[in-house]
Amino acid sequence: MFHNRVKIEFLSKSQNESFARVAVAAFAAQLDPTIDEISDVKTAVSEAVTNAIIHGYNSEEEMITIEAIIDGTELTVIISDSGQGIDNLEVAMQPLYTSRPDLERSGMGFTVMEAFMDSLEVKSDKGTGTSIIMKKIFNPLS
Amino acid sequence: MHLNFENSEEKLIVYMSGELDHHSAEEVRNMIDDRLDRDNYNKLIMDFAGVSFMDSSGIGVVIGRYRKLHMRSGKVCVTNIKSSVKRVFELSGMFKIIMSYDNVEQAVNNI
Repeated sequence: MFHNRVKIEFLSKSQNESFARVAVAAFAAQLDPTIDEISDVKTAVSEAVTNAIIHGYNSEEEMITIEAIIDGTELTVIISDSGQGIDNLEVAMQPLYTSRPDLERSGMGFTVMEAFMDSLEVKSDKGTGTSIIMKKIFNPLS
Repeated sequence: MHLNFENSEEKLIVYMSGELDHHSAEEVRNMIDDRLDRDNYNKLIMDFAGVSFMDSSGIGVVIGRYRKLHMRSGKVCVTNIKSSVKRVFELSGMFKIIMSYDNVEQAVNNI
């Protein structure tokens, strides 16, 4: 089975949101994705990185890590921060919930990640950070 | 993100081009609100023809303008929504309160 892996680290600046999603999309390109599949991955990565910047680090500048792994036709993306962690994961993952209504956030981040990827797992510990593990299976062109 | 403004029948049209994410959202929000307030518009048409990428930050921008104009008994609508943008908006249920038109001309005639 084909296997490949990359690891990227960058500062939690909002300018890097676009860098992060394009970098993951470029890595995923070797799976011969459709335009819709690539758009799904870019959107999900953008949501996770935005969460790390706004909520994880509360807009302070620290490092965000992205690991992307290809196993056969499956892409795994792990987006990690060492920020403040999520208080109540169940509440945070509810559609339309936002801890920052002052920022005009829609509260749809986790909902978008769940809808656009095939699986989503969130690991978070108060004070040590959050990891988002998302997987997507690409349908091979036939 | 690049914005172009136009006025048609006392309605503000904003043509957006580029990527609408958390990074660009604040600037987009401020520029639109400045125009809305300066010329006291209560109808806004947001055109997405040139938006090549959008995440849920875009939902916040549209709903935020809806709330603002709703208080002035105004209206917001969106136009030229392509499939990638549409899928994000659909998840939020936004189309229950905000009309979407195929093009700007239709929007100007209907709101």
